[in-house]
Amino acid sequence: MANNQHAAPAPIGGSLVNVVTLSCGVLIALLVAILAVRFLFGLGAVTGLNDGYPWGIWIVVDVVIGSAFACGGFSVAMLVYIFNKGEYHPLVRPALLASLFGYTLAGAGVIFDLGRWWNVWNMFWPGSINLNSVMFEVAVCISLYIVVMWIEFSPTFLEQMGKHDTKKKLNKAMFFIIALGTVLPMMHQSSLGTLLVVMGVQIHPLWQTPMLPLLYLLTAITMGYAVVLFESCLASSAYRRRIEMNMLTPMAKVMLGFLVVYLVVRIGDVLVRGALPKAFVPSVEALMFWLEMACFIAPLILIGAETNRRNPARLFLAGVLLMLGGALLRLNGFLIGYETNIDGAGGFTYFPTLAETLVTAGMFAIEVLGYIIITRRFPVLPREDVQAAH
Amino acid sequence: MGNMNEIFDTSRKTLQDIEQRLEMPRREFLQFCATLAVTMGLPAGAEAAVAKAIEAAKRPSVIWLHFQECTGCSESLLRAEHPTLEKLILDVISLDYHETLMAAAGHQAEAARKDAMKANKGKYVLVVEGAIPTKDKGIYCKIGGQTAIDLVKECAADAAAVIAIGSCASWGGMPSTGPNPTGASSVAEVLGKPVVTIPGCPPNPYNFLATVVHFLTFGKLPEVDKLGRPKFAYSRLIHENCERRAHFDAGRFAMEFGDAGHRQGFCLYKLGCKGPETYNNCSTLGFGDAGENNWPVGCGHPCIGCSEKSVGFEKPIHQVARVLNVAPPQQYPRIVEEQGKAASFASAAAVAAVAGAAAGAAIMLTRNLGLSHAAEEAERAKDAGGAGKPSADKAQV
Repeated sequence: MANNQHAAPAPIGGSLVNVVTLSCGVLIALLVAILAVRFLFGLGAVTGLNDGYPWGIWIVVDVVIGSAFACGGFSVAMLVYIFNKGEYHPLVRPALLASLFGYTLAGAGVIFDLGRWWNVWNMFWPGSINLNSVMFEVAVCISLYIVVMWIEFSPTFLEQMGKHDTKKKLNKAMFFIIALGTVLPMMHQSSLGTLLVVMGVQIHPLWQTPMLPLLYLLTAITMGYAVVLFESCLASSAYRRRIEMNMLTPMAKVMLGFLVVYLVVRIGDVLVRGALPKAFVPSVEALMFWLEMACFIAPLILIGAETNRRNPARLFLAGVLLMLGGALLRLNGFLIGYETNIDGAGGFTYFPTLAETLVTAGMFAIEVLGYIIITRRFPVLPREDVQAAH
Repeated sequence: MGNMNEIFDTSRKTLQDIEQRLEMPRREFLQFCATLAVTMGLPAGAEAAVAKAIEAAKRPSVIWLHFQECTGCSESLLRAEHPTLEKLILDVISLDYHETLMAAAGHQAEAARKDAMKANKGKYVLVVEGAIPTKDKGIYCKIGGQTAIDLVKECAADAAAVIAIGSCASWGGMPSTGPNPTGASSVAEVLGKPVVTIPGCPPNPYNFLATVVHFLTFGKLPEVDKLGRPKFAYSRLIHENCERRAHFDAGRFAMEFGDAGHRQGFCLYKLGCKGPETYNNCSTLGFGDAGENNWPVGCGHPCIGCSEKSVGFEKPIHQVARVLNVAPPQQYPRIVEEQGKAASFASAAAVAAVAGAAAGAAIMLTRNLGLSHAAEEAERAKDAGGAGKPSADKAQV
């Protein structure tokens, strides 16, 4: 396989107890406590949800944005296996690890938000499924993808446990799993956009367009690469390792390619639909629109030039801005530009409660803690000493 | 199962024929087929099979017997608001014997029945409307000198299928209520074997039609429950799909006719609505093609459970129903609709804290990355070509 010429992955080692892991632990304990209240006394006991806002940040941030952040694995796998760019192979495992947690938690996050969560098994029960539902498509794709991703990532555990025979057998079927792992996120990331399409006039014209599935898919891919930039810089910084600039610099160029396509589609769509004047009406929506656009355009200025792409600080910042841009696109569509006063009978208000925010923070804490534990104990990141001689 | 493409093939000859045969636009015909398919709970695409079966015009011979009844079931089929429904009924089936509808009378009529039975032996469908008196050897209902018991047994012997239409034929209905002086019994009781029953007083014509069309399309009667009722129509309580169900769950009841709750369309449970103990599809199908709300509960009258044995005509209309499968919640949800609260100090502070921490960390990390990059560049410039060492001043995050 392509990873032969690269340094083999190895556990980082080191202590699992430090300020970061302890802080994560506290946040996770709070999450467990709040969820206990939520599952015993219902959504109303902890969330600010109401009839006008059936979903809040648990869905929009934890699931919709969280799963888009978790597209790193898919974006890099697409680059390595579909476009056959073997030179990026060392990025696959760490990216996949972040995706693994992002998606598994997104899947769990959906259950937190279900009013009658004990009925969730119906989703997979042949007699109960509704094949005409967008929500069903998203749910099945995400759950399948979670399973696929665990299989994709399992060689890491098998290596550590010394089960090389099993790994060899698994590798023979891996091409199929990887193919699935590319198709499934494409399906459900676009369907997350479709969720808004079916809501029609409830969504502000700046975000309501039949192009939403394409926009969501393009940003998911872009955010995937952005997350890899973010994650690589962060991990190198935290573990005091060399930043893999030899891979990140060219990958950033691929990312910018997708970004340009996105911007052409996005701006073209707003112009063609004649929604642009809405962006100049003084309103929260217009402000958020320009903020979102700024986050998408700024990276072009920041790392547009080849020399700037060699600067990790600029790469990191561009990555963060693109993640923020994609997050804002979703937040704006699902919450900010979500109109509840359609019939003029009085609108609804939603702001995440303290408990909701803490649960969302706890979800990210689980991801960080999981990433730290697995990279320290399992072979995920490339071996450092070998790479130094690279 | 029918091919969906076939249904849109307008050049199909049988489909053109049906426009003339039924004097019904093709579009309306296909809508009717879809309605039937949906009523039967058939999967998407089945309407094509239904349409083809009706077009084929096999027209099974139907013998329709009337006993202790009011002819309401026949009336409901014929008086359906849909302008061509009765035409369709008479076209889909060959109604060879029906005392109310046939032109013949007296011995002529009885001869028609015998002829039809002979000609279609083992192939005709027997429909029975009305209960059968069994007391005193069944002398309380005779047609052409024959008792109802003899008639039904004779006609059922060679029938391909027996359908009991209406509550009377299905379980005795109104004539069987106490003291039941004639010993009114159901078809199944008289024949001593289960038959398909379409109870209701009168039943929804679509439930009968769907059953017949199912027989036409698939060559067999639809799946039934232990009382012989087609499952597509009678597997759910009226209460389960009632348009006023949300009011029941929220504890909003009409307490008497014309009160504020009644005028606002609240739940009729406390006025004695039998929806919670009556299995039927009234709440989803509507009645008589007149559109939404055209059924007792929709008009503001409690359901009397006309199709349910030991409920309809037995329980007083205003006696509160026994709720069969869903007990009223102990704790009713509040009626006020929450509009949501704006940001509180704590919630806004939490969001601000998370955003601030993230922004701060990102800025610090960017700065450190920038510094180390600058240091590296400087080092590289110093000894050109040499690989830079990882700098030590990176932040611990």
